[in-house]
Amino acid sequence: MDFGFKLSPSSAVNLDRVDLTLYRKVEAKAPDIRTCIGCGSCTATCTAGPFSGMSVRQVILDIQRGRLALAAKKLDACMLCGKCTMVCPRGINTRALILAVCENYRKEDAK
Amino acid sequence: MIETVRFEWFVIPFLFGMAFVLGYCLIGMIRVIHELPQCDRKRFYLSLINPKIIWKNLRDIFCNCLLHIPLWRRNRLLGYMHMSIAFGWFLLIVIGHIQVLCFIPGRIHTFYHAIFFNYFVEETAPSTLGAVLAFGMDFSLLLILSGIGLAMFKRVASLLFGMRRTTRPSLLDRVGLYSLWAIFPLRLLSEGFVAHVSGGSFLTLPLNWVFRQFLSNPEHMVPTWWAYSIALCIFMCVLPFTRYMHIPAEMLLIPVRNAGIKIRHPRKGFARLEIYSCPGCGVCIDACPMSVKKANIKDTTVYLNRQLRRGNEKRIAEISDKCLLCGKCTALCQVGCQGPELRVAQRSLRRYGINQSYAGFSVEPFKEAVRGGRKVLYFAGCMTQLTPSIRRATESVLRKAGVPYTVMDPDGRLCCGRPMMMAGRLDQARALMEKNREIILASGCDTLLLSCPICYRVFAQEYDLPGIRVVHHSVFFEEMAASGALAHLESSQRPLVYHDPCELGRGCGIYDEPRALLGRLGRVVEAEKHHAESICCGGSLGSLSLGFDKRKDMTLNALRNLTVEDPETIVTACPLCLSTFDRYADRPVKDIAEVIDEAV
Repeated sequence: MDFGFKLSPSSAVNLDRVDLTLYRKVEAKAPDIRTCIGCGSCTATCTAGPFSGMSVRQVILDIQRGRLALAAKKLDACMLCGKCTMVCPRGINTRALILAVCENYRKEDAK
Repeated sequence: MIETVRFEWFVIPFLFGMAFVLGYCLIGMIRVIHELPQCDRKRFYLSLINPKIIWKNLRDIFCNCLLHIPLWRRNRLLGYMHMSIAFGWFLLIVIGHIQVLCFIPGRIHTFYHAIFFNYFVEETAPSTLGAVLAFGMDFSLLLILSGIGLAMFKRVASLLFGMRRTTRPSLLDRVGLYSLWAIFPLRLLSEGFVAHVSGGSFLTLPLNWVFRQFLSNPEHMVPTWWAYSIALCIFMCVLPFTRYMHIPAEMLLIPVRNAGIKIRHPRKGFARLEIYSCPGCGVCIDACPMSVKKANIKDTTVYLNRQLRRGNEKRIAEISDKCLLCGKCTALCQVGCQGPELRVAQRSLRRYGINQSYAGFSVEPFKEAVRGGRKVLYFAGCMTQLTPSIRRATESVLRKAGVPYTVMDPDGRLCCGRPMMMAGRLDQARALMEKNREIILASGCDTLLLSCPICYRVFAQEYDLPGIRVVHHSVFFEEMAASGALAHLESSQRPLVYHDPCELGRGCGIYDEPRALLGRLGRVVEAEKHHAESICCGGSLGSLSLGFDKRKDMTLNALRNLTVEDPETIVTACPLCLSTFDRYADRPVKDIAEVIDEAV
């Protein structure tokens, strides 16, 4: 319900209006991003996780929802060690995916 | 011998080709040397006055460029084929010049007299020297012709030459190839026509006799001399744009490499020299673990070099990203072209929107945790976290042997930086390395023990750790066993095969210690390809684009290679190899630490 004012900023994501440019670019380079089931194995093994909250699962969710700045913040801790790739039950090449996000991310697009 | 003619128009194509190729190579040489960073250039110049390096340069150029010794070791037929053409041609040129010097010394300054000698002279009185030199010429020509015959045969039966697959020549490569094949039969014909005037030897004189049976007009010989000159001209004019550019490039590559210069720029200087030194022989195609799948053949180093010459950026990026960086192409390469280093340099060209700085990572707690620790600092590494059995076994062996140690990453810490380095992100790798270095130095240890060859390589080769010995657990345990610290090793006659991990073997040259250690426990059998020719397990972190689903064939091929002697257990020394093999192996796969732990 819209009262015309808010007590706190909404965190709702309008999926119809999300800017999926980055997601599409990553998808073109690493199509296996589509097969992620969000199991969180990557998060559980992540070397950088304990330092920063880095999680490939959440990065994928973030870029699917247009929250690019959040994705970038998490990726800023990635050390590319490759453990997430080794444990992914879907065989997603998460390192290729991470590099594709890092490569195509533009600070000015992030909100 | 006397000179009959001084000049003939057919030498013009040859002179043109010669001037072109010499000019091109001279400019190229100046360009490459100029592109080297100043310190490297200085180092190169200094190496040229060092007698030891001069001798090494001459020996390497003679053995590699002319005799093709490394190819002989690969396959005798292949070695003979290349040696006969290269060394034979060299002999032809040298003996040609000696002939000019001996018989028409006034013409030594003209390039063409040595090449077309027989056309310009008449033998008035036979001499021993003349006969010996003529024999040398005919012998060299026969050597080359046999090599060319083999080269033609190789195009249909490369397997006889030890090559399952060969490179597909480009259009210009074909022009160069066919003109090269044409040069020497044409020379034989031309010299055969004039042998009754100029003199000849066992090859040209009988041929001359045959010709004179049905050709009476001496004017018939001129077109063959023209054809010979034109074939030379075509070859020399296309040379800079074909794989034959390796002939001049390798002569510069050897001194530059012997000066200790490494790739600093992805395209310029030493990298350019390596790219142009690639002879396109295709030895790296069979060497590449990826080429078990036909689709990957065009991603081998020989094609990378070709695309780099062409400047095809899209393909360069694809090929560079795909490689596993196992280094086998370099191990087998006849000119020492560094495929992995070239690829990492190409990867480093890429610009990223997110550049990790790790500024937020505080290493103070980690430093505190290891401060005042024991003399041996054990760093298990990320991959070992995924294969905890290795870590358990290593710690168990250390405890049983009574070696006091501190664990640097009890619950997973920072990455060593090697994966970042492999991705070409050198700044990020350096940031990680600096943080790890701080922790290690704070610990006050004198030995850094590693279970993972990926970590071991970067710690041993890239980190600046004064006074600290970096050692892989296979070497450490072998030393302990040799000194008697590991008492009561149970030995049996069970066959064990050792898989050389890429980073430990080719990367750091550690082959013998793990085998010696295993030899104390059982009978070590070798894989079909071992030591520097060991086949990558397929799990390497080197590839940026190859998913695990596409690596199964490589792993199966590596396993087939390991099990030719039907070993009971496959032993490796790398957590990544262990977990990769474990997916598909039909017998137990163990880390060397686990095998030792069971036996102590």
